[in-house]
Amino acid sequence: MNEKRNGLKEKIVNSQIWRSMFRHGYENTGRRYTLQILQNVWLHLHPPRVPRHGINFRFTWCMGGITFLMFLVTAVTGVLLMFYYRPTAEYAFRDVQYLEFDIPFGMLLRNMHRWAAHGMVIAVMLHMFRVFLTGSYKKPREFNWGVGVILLVVTLFLSFTGYLLPWDQLAFWAVTVGTNMARATPVLGHEGPFHPQDITQENDVRFALLGGTIVGPSTLLRFYILHCVAVPLLASVLMALHFWRVRKDGGISGPL
Amino acid sequence: MEHLLALITKPDNVPILAIVFLLPYFTWLSFSQGRKNDRAGTPAEAALKDKVYVWPYLCRNEFICAIIILLILAVWSITIDAPLEEPSDPTKTPNPSKAPWYFLALQEMLVYFDPWIAGVVLPGLIIVGLIAIPYVDINPKGKGYYTLKERPFAIATFCFGFIILWITLMVVGTFLRGPGWNFFAPWKYWDPHKVVPLTNVNLSYKFGIRDVLTANVFGFVVVAGYFALGPIFYLWKKRSSEFLQELGLVRYIVVSFLFLTMLSLPIKMILRWVWNIKYIWVSPWFNI
Ligand code: HEM
Repeated sequence: MNEKRNGLKEKIVNSQIWRSMFRHGYENTGRRYTLQILQNVWLHLHPPRVPRHGINFRFTWCMGGITFLMFLVTAVTGVLLMFYYRPTAEYAFRDVQYLEFDIPFGMLLRNMHRWAAHGMVIAVMLHMFRVFLTGSYKKPREFNWGVGVILLVVTLFLSFTGYLLPWDQLAFWAVTVGTNMARATPVLGHEGPFHPQDITQENDVRFALLGGTIVGPSTLLRFYILHCVAVPLLASVLMALHFWRVRKDGGISGPL
Repeated sequence: MEHLLALITKPDNVPILAIVFLLPYFTWLSFSQGRKNDRAGTPAEAALKDKVYVWPYLCRNEFICAIIILLILAVWSITIDAPLEEPSDPTKTPNPSKAPWYFLALQEMLVYFDPWIAGVVLPGLIIVGLIAIPYVDINPKGKGYYTLKERPFAIATFCFGFIILWITLMVVGTFLRGPGWNFFAPWKYWDPHKVVPLTNVNLSYKFGIRDVLTANVFGFVVVAGYFALGPIFYLWKKRSSEFLQELGLVRYIVVSFLFLTMLSLPIKMILRWVWNIKYIWVSPWFNI
């Protein structure tokens, strides 16, 4: 029985189809371990080998990876949510209600998206904390730390734009409070210090963000587009840069 | 008490609860490793000189970590539902109205500073300041391992800013700020009719200055004097301190400006709590 199974396995693994997809064998050698990483488009973000402390939970807390994982979860659940959601003042709230009550696993889908987003914010803060405490921003990683700070801001903005979309009281007022401060932007806000006479409620930065003088239907559309298209794209590009730089700056930091 | 329980178990407050446990844990973890490294002289990370294969060793860890995190997320999503309140209504303002939890430290700063500072200038300086860190921290030690002794100023400053100012204010904003953004002790009912007497006065008033122009000049002198502390310290210590010479004037000015700006928040908090001070400097264009 066992022999038969092994024979079958050999056959599959050596077939033309299999070998066209997976070029390396399965022997337990360093060469194979290296090929396993180098010949896989997803895994080749990694170097073939890392310093021993780099795989230690106590060193990295896995927080960068967890941030990325949470981003992937929100991307997948977010695409599914988009099938049921229309970003207009008439439909937005009702679509969320409909999702919760009438769509199989709709509530679970919404929960996963929301909690993964919150999880991403927690993880990115802790990731920054760990990078600081291990002094990993020091030469030659100064630039990547800067990329990270932008990623932190982008993560918060991603979460904030999504907060409005359920279009309930919680969403509406949280975003109202959050964007109210833009009124007071120096020079560019209509209540800010040093604003020129021509800057009014109807053409200041807050108006540009909201598409109106209060949070309204055009704000919903703006935030929807930012949340589902513009900011995720920006975040992806910056993450690609961030991961690339981790490699190019000499891999995970460590004492020399 | 019931009220506090209701507040803590509000679905959107669960992440904060998670932080309240996670942050002390990770702070302890890193500090204890730092102390161990300091005592040993060479960091534990340096002892492990060899490299390991990413496949299978790192990939396995990542895989296990991902499974555990996804499991936690699944349990969290099954047990706690995302909030959905009434449909939005611009005519019904809830009291208190709060920004999402990760912005509550900023909202808390609004108590002590005008919106243009708390909502625009300080957030901008936080971002710029964070990006500047690697360029102004010239200490070559403590790269790639945990330590406390080798970079005490950097670690103390960052922990103060992150743990005390950012996270603690976030927690306070969530749990202790009620209607009217008034402060409520945890066991107190959030009474929307609570009236807090507004007895705040400006610093110049405390000093007996009643004339607007004099008050204006006085405020300017105090604020300018505060930020001049940095350069004054530099001139005073430059000769004797090798460190300051190595740091250089530009880096020094950036560090001292950011540092004093950060400290201005706790200073204003104390001034408010103890002496009911509202503004330090009232000018025709803005107030600080
Ligand atoms: C969307 C947000 C982010 C993602 C997905 C992300 C992901 C990662 C990952 C996977 C690593 C590899 C090591 C590790 O897991 O610790 C890493 C390293 C690093 N990250 Fe991030 N990161 C993000 C945000 C940030 C932020 C906010 C900062 C700092 C302000 C930052 C600075 C760095 C630096 C300097 C390294 C190199 C660390 C070392 O070599 O030890 N990143 N990042």
